[in-house]
Amino acid sequence: MQELIVRAKELLEKGEVARVLGWKKGEQEYDAEPAFFETAESLDNFVYNGFCGANLSKYMIEAGKKEGKTLVFLKPCDSYSYNQLLREHRVDREKAYIIGVGCKGKLAISKIPFDGILKVSGAQYPDAQEILTVETLYGTETIPYKDAMLERCHVCKGKDHVVYDELLGESADTVDADRFAEVERIEKMSPEEKFAYFQSELSKCIRCNACRNVCPACSCRKCVFDSTAFDSEQKANTTSFEEKMFHIIRAFHVAGRCTDCGECSRVCPQGIPLHLFNRKFIKDINALYGEYQAGSDLECPAPLTSFTTTDAEPGVGRG
Amino acid sequence: MRRIGVFVCHCGSNIAATVDVKKVVEMALQEQGVVHAEDYPYMCSEAGQVRIAEAIREHQLTGMVVCSCSPRMHEATFRKCAERNGLNPYLVEIANIREHCSWIHKDMAEATEKAVILMRAAVAKVHLNAPLQAGESAVTKRALVIGGGIAGIQTALDIADAGYKVDIVEKEPSIGGRMSQLDKTFPTLDCSACILTPKMVEAASHENITIHTWSEVEKVSGFVGNFTVDIRKKARYVDMDKCTGCGVCQEKCPSKKSLNEFNRGLNTRSAIYTPFAQAIPNVPVIDATACIKLKTGKCGICEKFCQVGAINYAQTDEIITEQYGAIVVATGFDTIKLDKYGEYAYGHSKDVITSLELERIMNAAGPTKGHLERLSDGKAPKEIVFIQCVGSRCSDDRGKPYCSKICCMYTAKHAMLIRDKYPDTNVTVFYIDVRTPGKNFDEFYRRAVEDYGVNYIKGQVGKVAPQPDGSLLVHGVDLLENKQILKKADMVVLATAIEPNADVRKIATMLTASIDTNNFLTEAHPKLRPVESPTAGVFLSGVCQGPKDIPETVAQAGAAAVKVIGLLAKDKLKTNPCTAKADELRCNGCSQCANVCPYGAISYETRLVNDHGIREDRRIAVVNSALCQGCGACTVTCPSGAMDLQGFSNRQLIAEVDAICR
Amino acid sequence: MPVTENWKPTIVAFCCNWCSYAGADLAGSSRLAYPADVKIIKVPCSCRVNPMFILRAFEKGADGVILCGCHPGDCHYSTGNYYARRRMTLLFSMLDYLGVEEGRTRVEWVSAAEGVKFSETMNSFVEKVRALGPNVRLGDLRCKN
Repeated sequence: MQELIVRAKELLEKGEVARVLGWKKGEQEYDAEPAFFETAESLDNFVYNGFCGANLSKYMIEAGKKEGKTLVFLKPCDSYSYNQLLREHRVDREKAYIIGVGCKGKLAISKIPFDGILKVSGAQYPDAQEILTVETLYGTETIPYKDAMLERCHVCKGKDHVVYDELLGESADTVDADRFAEVERIEKMSPEEKFAYFQSELSKCIRCNACRNVCPACSCRKCVFDSTAFDSEQKANTTSFEEKMFHIIRAFHVAGRCTDCGECSRVCPQGIPLHLFNRKFIKDINALYGEYQAGSDLECPAPLTSFTTTDAEPGVGRG
Repeated sequence: MRRIGVFVCHCGSNIAATVDVKKVVEMALQEQGVVHAEDYPYMCSEAGQVRIAEAIREHQLTGMVVCSCSPRMHEATFRKCAERNGLNPYLVEIANIREHCSWIHKDMAEATEKAVILMRAAVAKVHLNAPLQAGESAVTKRALVIGGGIAGIQTALDIADAGYKVDIVEKEPSIGGRMSQLDKTFPTLDCSACILTPKMVEAASHENITIHTWSEVEKVSGFVGNFTVDIRKKARYVDMDKCTGCGVCQEKCPSKKSLNEFNRGLNTRSAIYTPFAQAIPNVPVIDATACIKLKTGKCGICEKFCQVGAINYAQTDEIITEQYGAIVVATGFDTIKLDKYGEYAYGHSKDVITSLELERIMNAAGPTKGHLERLSDGKAPKEIVFIQCVGSRCSDDRGKPYCSKICCMYTAKHAMLIRDKYPDTNVTVFYIDVRTPGKNFDEFYRRAVEDYGVNYIKGQVGKVAPQPDGSLLVHGVDLLENKQILKKADMVVLATAIEPNADVRKIATMLTASIDTNNFLTEAHPKLRPVESPTAGVFLSGVCQGPKDIPETVAQAGAAAVKVIGLLAKDKLKTNPCTAKADELRCNGCSQCANVCPYGAISYETRLVNDHGIREDRRIAVVNSALCQGCGACTVTCPSGAMDLQGFSNRQLIAEVDAICR
Repeated sequence: MPVTENWKPTIVAFCCNWCSYAGADLAGSSRLAYPADVKIIKVPCSCRVNPMFILRAFEKGADGVILCGCHPGDCHYSTGNYYARRRMTLLFSMLDYLGVEEGRTRVEWVSAAEGVKFSETMNSFVEKVRALGPNVRLGDLRCKN
């Protein structure tokens, strides 16, 4: 972490960047949140640890409107999101100085199964064997770092950054699960079971829009669900259907653009596994139109804005 | 709030017999914004339009819905009526309560209920319709005719005579098409070449006609009035300007084993060849797959003997790009392949031939110099059996479901000509029905039966079995006598079904012209617009649209030419105003819409946008409405709904959905 | 679910202007009957149909939604139905994934010359939706009770 701060200060002081986009300490170590730092002094509040899961790429849309360059720290998976935004002309590469920062898997406080958590230590420099020590109201507990990792880190896209100006820190391979296993499990259910599963998950949705607000692909200036474009604006007396429509349409709008960064599930206050919508589309796209990783390439045709004359027919393969 | 008028047409009894039109009127009056509703026996009639005009004035209508036949029939009528009376034509919507309702439903209550819903959907849509203004685009005063058979030649001549430039693209080395392969034509027995070649010569010498033979259409872009077409001029290896057509090269060419396509492969030709004596242009081509020089580098005899130095082995394909205002498809037909009809022994016995092959055999320039003889042993056949409907009117997937239309007549012609020239040869025809609707057609057929003694047997042939003695045993049935027939024949002629030329699907795709399951091009309307494709600026001439004989083809070719002339006579065309448009406040500038636009109509510009007080430079999509054809692909790609289609906007379509589902 | 004998499904059919709408016209002029439950909405091209429209129809009470366009390769706009095909493939797969009965959505390519196919398609689609009964799942995926 210290080397990041040193380098950021250096770039700020040299005037090469006008501000730094990173993570700020919260009250607790696990409260780290995205923040802009305008001065060298303010960087004292900078933090980079296992709880810095937040993907900073989307903030670069706003940063690009400001004067001067913004230094941004991107983890390998975040760099895919940035690249996708670049492809869609939403960010200005000229106004970004990207430090690709190492990552050895990020943590989810929700994955630490203890009540009354006061403090978590051991999240600084994780290694595979690292154990987290958790102080709770009821005593001290431990949990392997790996077990507290975000779902997305178990299916990590890899250690490489797809876009950067310089690299700092090491990354680790944290893959230990099959990315599509959960989607496949659901696909194998009967329609009744599928319906029951999603009904129970989506019934938790409070339409707080956190998923939409955090999603780097959901970056419309004006969301269709907030506009009159389809007469679909969120209304006070929103029907139960609208939640469903919202999640299906949201997934559809980001299909072929979603990098599977998992932020939607990370921020959902209700713990809905929202990534399962996006990942279903990714799985279908890979199977039907060839392997595709959004954000990995600026040029190759995107699955929903291209076609072949021999594409599968809708509904083929249904019972 | 719109002031909407609803006009419910009875269409005589076509609608009113199944839909309670009074009820539709009554329900319309309950719809929000509907200030006037009435029904009338024929809304499209002069009197009906007068009522609409009066209602527009009296009720100061700002929108109207006509519940009537399909918009494909009378949308233009009612839009013009609105426009004449001061209402923007795009404030008119049609509820299709005839084709989509009264004609397919029997129960009056059910049909009326549906008609009311269709009316409501149209009313809901028209509430959101915006007045649109058609733009204008210039017309390139030049036409392209694809195919140089009699259809293409006639169309080109008629267009050229009206004073417009026209190009013919023909894939074969010469124009002339199928008609040039025919010997005589029914029902007058004119010599086909004698009536065709003057037309070919006229086309070749016409100052307004350019002929590209040995050429194919490679790519088409643009739209009515403004097509851009790439034409591939295949390497001929012979300089068109130098060649005098003396024919020495063909005589001297040592490679003489290629099947002669013009004679349907019944004999062979040299590697350098003109397909037939009257070919236009009379310039040979070198078949690169047969030419020894092009294959091995050795030979070069034709070059040596050519006194004008016209041979050029280094020639390559050339692509030329031309602009056209209209395109006529005249790609013609071929006979179907007979590999699924093993029972007729075609391919096993040389003496089982198709009717088109018989044309070549009977033609003086054909493989037998016009003598009717068996291809197996050169003997004159004494018993000939004709089998009708081979692959036509077929209910399984071996053949075609349609009637090929020309076979009954040409078989009568063949039978008559053979009986006339070879009176000691017996001719038997097996038929399902004899169809002779046409001027002097039935008289012609009766002459074959009554004056020439052709033996017509109603019934089908199950098998043709080649015998060891070289004859053919035909197993048939006589349905009228209800008995099996075994007939020994020396020659069997199959009236093989015709099908559109194999290339037509490729061409239809390039032109975005509709095509049916049999590969015939679809008309804009099967009765009222038979020579126009639904794609504006594309016209149909000849058999590419459906089976027809020569007089019908020539008539249709002329009709297509008239439509082209009508189009080229205009200086400007009105463009479809239902084009896409981006809302600058919603646009993300993400470029996804441009990726799916088939016309390259979307570009991006950075401009200052005032978004509710926030002023910033934004990258915004801009639609070139002259290029946009209004498909709407961009609208669905746009996640924010910034891109919308005028006339079919998101809110209009949602309003229709809501009205139907409410 | 309680299905009365007289229950009739609400079915929305999006038809492209160039092929399928004309195919429906041909079915009409050929008097090839199909149930009155089917209501057609004309769109310029199958690629104009936004998944929003389909979900909106279900939201407002449709029991089945069918999309008809030109055969692949025959699109009036060259490529529209190819995009529609990918979009609908993914959308339908998602609906299957959510446990919505598969018979409620369908894509069929119907040319202007295929009046018979149009009628047959509508008859079989309506039959399937009728067998499924009223659409409850799409309306109820988030049932808070």
